[in-house]
Amino acid sequence: MEFFRDTNIDFLGKKWYFLTFSLIFSVAGVMSMALWHGIPLGVDFRGGTLVYVKYAHTPDVSAIHTELDRAGLKNPRVQRYGQVANDEVLIQLDIQETSEQALDKGKIQIIQALESHAPAGKQDLNNSSSLAILNYLLEKDPLHLASDADANPRYAAIAQAIVDYRDKTKSGVLVSLSNSNDDLRGVADPAVVASLQDGFFVSDFGIRNVEIVGPQVGQQLRKQAILATLYSLAGMLIYLGVRFEWIYGVAAVLTVFHDTLITVGAFSLLNWEISLTVIAAILTLIGYSNNDTIVVFDRIRENIKLLRRDKLSDIVNKSINQTLSRTILTAGLTFLTVLALFLFGGEVLHGFSFALVIGILIGTYSSIAIAAPILVAYQEWRAGRGQKPISMPLRSGNGSAQPKEKIKV
Amino acid sequence: MNKNLSWKLAISVGILLVFLGGIFGIPKDWSGKGVLASVVDRIHLGLDLRGGTHLILQVQVNDAVNVDSDNAIARLKEDLRTHKINYADITKPDADNHPEMIVVKGVPPDQTSDFKSIIADRLPDYDATSGAENSWTVAMKGQSLADLKNRAVSQAIETIRNRIDQLGVSEPVIQEHGLGQYQILVQLPGVDDPARVKEIMQSTAMLEIKQSLGGPYGSQQAALQEHGGVLPPDTVVMQGKSIGSRNSDTGEQWYIISRASAVTGRDLRTAEPSTDENGQPAVRFILTSEGGRKFYSFTSAHVGDYLAVVLDNKVQEVAVIKEAIHDTGVINGRFTQQETQDLSMTLRSGALPAGIKYLEERTVGPSLGADSIRSGVRAAIYGMLAVLIFMLIYYRWAGVNADIALILNLIILLGFMGYFGAVLTLPGIAGVILTVGMGVDSNVLIFERIREELRNGKTPPSAVEQGFSHAWITIVDTHVTTIVSAAILFLFGTGPVKGFATTLVFGLAANLFTAVFVSRMIFDWVLSRKQRGEALSI
Repeated sequence: MEFFRDTNIDFLGKKWYFLTFSLIFSVAGVMSMALWHGIPLGVDFRGGTLVYVKYAHTPDVSAIHTELDRAGLKNPRVQRYGQVANDEVLIQLDIQETSEQALDKGKIQIIQALESHAPAGKQDLNNSSSLAILNYLLEKDPLHLASDADANPRYAAIAQAIVDYRDKTKSGVLVSLSNSNDDLRGVADPAVVASLQDGFFVSDFGIRNVEIVGPQVGQQLRKQAILATLYSLAGMLIYLGVRFEWIYGVAAVLTVFHDTLITVGAFSLLNWEISLTVIAAILTLIGYSNNDTIVVFDRIRENIKLLRRDKLSDIVNKSINQTLSRTILTAGLTFLTVLALFLFGGEVLHGFSFALVIGILIGTYSSIAIAAPILVAYQEWRAGRGQKPISMPLRSGNGSAQPKEKIKV
Repeated sequence: MNKNLSWKLAISVGILLVFLGGIFGIPKDWSGKGVLASVVDRIHLGLDLRGGTHLILQVQVNDAVNVDSDNAIARLKEDLRTHKINYADITKPDADNHPEMIVVKGVPPDQTSDFKSIIADRLPDYDATSGAENSWTVAMKGQSLADLKNRAVSQAIETIRNRIDQLGVSEPVIQEHGLGQYQILVQLPGVDDPARVKEIMQSTAMLEIKQSLGGPYGSQQAALQEHGGVLPPDTVVMQGKSIGSRNSDTGEQWYIISRASAVTGRDLRTAEPSTDENGQPAVRFILTSEGGRKFYSFTSAHVGDYLAVVLDNKVQEVAVIKEAIHDTGVINGRFTQQETQDLSMTLRSGALPAGIKYLEERTVGPSLGADSIRSGVRAAIYGMLAVLIFMLIYYRWAGVNADIALILNLIILLGFMGYFGAVLTLPGIAGVILTVGMGVDSNVLIFERIREELRNGKTPPSAVEQGFSHAWITIVDTHVTTIVSAAILFLFGTGPVKGFATTLVFGLAANLFTAVFVSRMIFDWVLSRKQRGEALSI
């Protein structure tokens, strides 16, 4: 099977279309970053409190919001999270509610606000640690083990079994502690369950995941993310400058910059938050997008040697066409895997896989539409100033110092 | 099969076996369960997959510096007194930001050389520079200051590790956090209760046993008034407060306590939960022989006086000294049983050299981790199947070749992780499937090149030869650039992101081997079985 055979598309002739296309997306992204959504930073970079709550029933977002407001929390953001059937809610607090002195203040306030209807004097079994349960059991001693030496380990095992049942079998929320619908019976002794009923109640939610980032770490990570991106770009520039000519490095880095800009712009336009993993995806894309560019550049270098009399623009066109099949196939296959991540990888990876989906599309497009035209434009600019055409990456005439010879193993 | 090919095959099979060993180890029993347990044992899951607590703490290194400079001031005062050097005042002008700086005012000009020699002899870590109006700035040397701060961090790590170890957490990570200054990263798999962990880590548990010279008083003023507003020399007013949560007293209690300690937590050999004479939970401690001697000489000199057990600068308990005590004591304080356990543990593990502040806290519940594994693995399998099937359809027999290379790539990647104890995180699973997508690029590059050479009329053996040699340069370039960006990611990231970078780097490195060496070997084998001029299935 073969999709592309002897294609002969004049890519360079369409450079104005490409330029328009890229400009529209870049400008839209930049406008959104500057005037509309800004760069929506996730809690990793902004600092703040994130609490993922699983409910036993369909959560009522506005009721939750009301409860948080009543508890005096400023600007809580409440939204549904993940698949609808999972009954999950994401609650976010700003950095102002995440004090340096007591980092988890916001989290505790959220739990208290959501438990506002709790029976007095009872603990919430859905949000108790195994230790809290253990302490309770040791105090009440429902199995009358006080005299036994192994009371502690035995109760600890019971407490752990209850927590495991809650978290693993019941996805984090027990529905009931009552006798009629007592699903703890199979896990713990009836005497234990009866005793738990005296001291505990079950709320209709369980905390699945908490992320609290203080302002200092947020700032630190912001700086590191920018630095890592710059280092990555500088690394590319140097490597390509050494392996090819410096203009190839510049063209590749400009291309990658274009890809990064559009990817970040897409996040801004959609107002999706940029988290640490999204930055990881963007750094990966810097490497990936370069792959595509290098494949084309490698072919240009090879063809310059073979077709010394041709114009650079013809050589570039020919090279893009020759590698087109590979470019599209690889991009398509990588796209398939990333799409699988996006569709089936779960909510936690959503931002990450979305960045990859966008980035792979743009990265493939730009290696054809941006990188190669920059090379040609540079040469035309030089020619316009009456200088010699682009210096050939391989000075094949004298036969010495050919990178190919150096690299071949 | 020629000899060259047999060698290559032997190498490939050897590598396959070695890395299979990396994934599976040597299972104790060969049932499905035993093998699975063996894999779980070798491939470490990150916090985001198995659930747990992740904390970043800041060590307040200035605390340690303040302690050092306070001691330096005490020593300096004493030496100046014994050498009869006058001074007006010794202060730390900016204890918050420059705790290493001490200012001595009013040193007579004719005594400056004596003053300087005392600093040089007695405070070797400090430098003295003269300022205006006979004042001197005594500041810690840069190197000593840096050493002191680093020591505070490593001591804090050590102390925290001791305490965490007593919690019985498996595979805890406690290490300096490279991204910030004087920060510590703590990762505790399977721990669902960060509040308790923080309590245990943070309690400085500075135990001192001192003499109590009066109290309790209802307020600080009352304590002062008792002595006509002037405290007896070398004493302080200290608040008394039980740390035990069962304490129901609300009234304030203040004591006058000697500045010097009879014994401190450093003299402690061990501490354990116990009960007091009324059967209430308490902590019993035993002193070292050296500490016991000190304690004996103190208590024998003070029979009938009062003794204060001071924990973290709060008077925990005051008791009359009935007789000389050797080496055992009990701290009561309306504790719950759990609190006596925690307190004994912190006493045993020693005090933190400096305070700590929490910068980041993440808790992943076990149910979320399990969900993440499920969806991550499902996505990986779907993505992988899509690629494998596509390659078969598009390249026919050569697709089988590519698929073998890809599967071997995956085995090597996972085997690497098993051998190096690398951590598999959720983005790491994404890295695995991305490796598949990007790894197949090498095969596509080579195959497309071979097709091109065949179209140009080359014979199959020469097309394969040309395809591999042309594609090789490109493959090296693309791998190097991707590995560069992944390596930067590894340096930059923590936890999940680091896991992603790890799988990406290992995966791409393995890909260089499988896509070039193994794939080539299979082609050579296919070609060796074909008649001259027979077409290649690609």
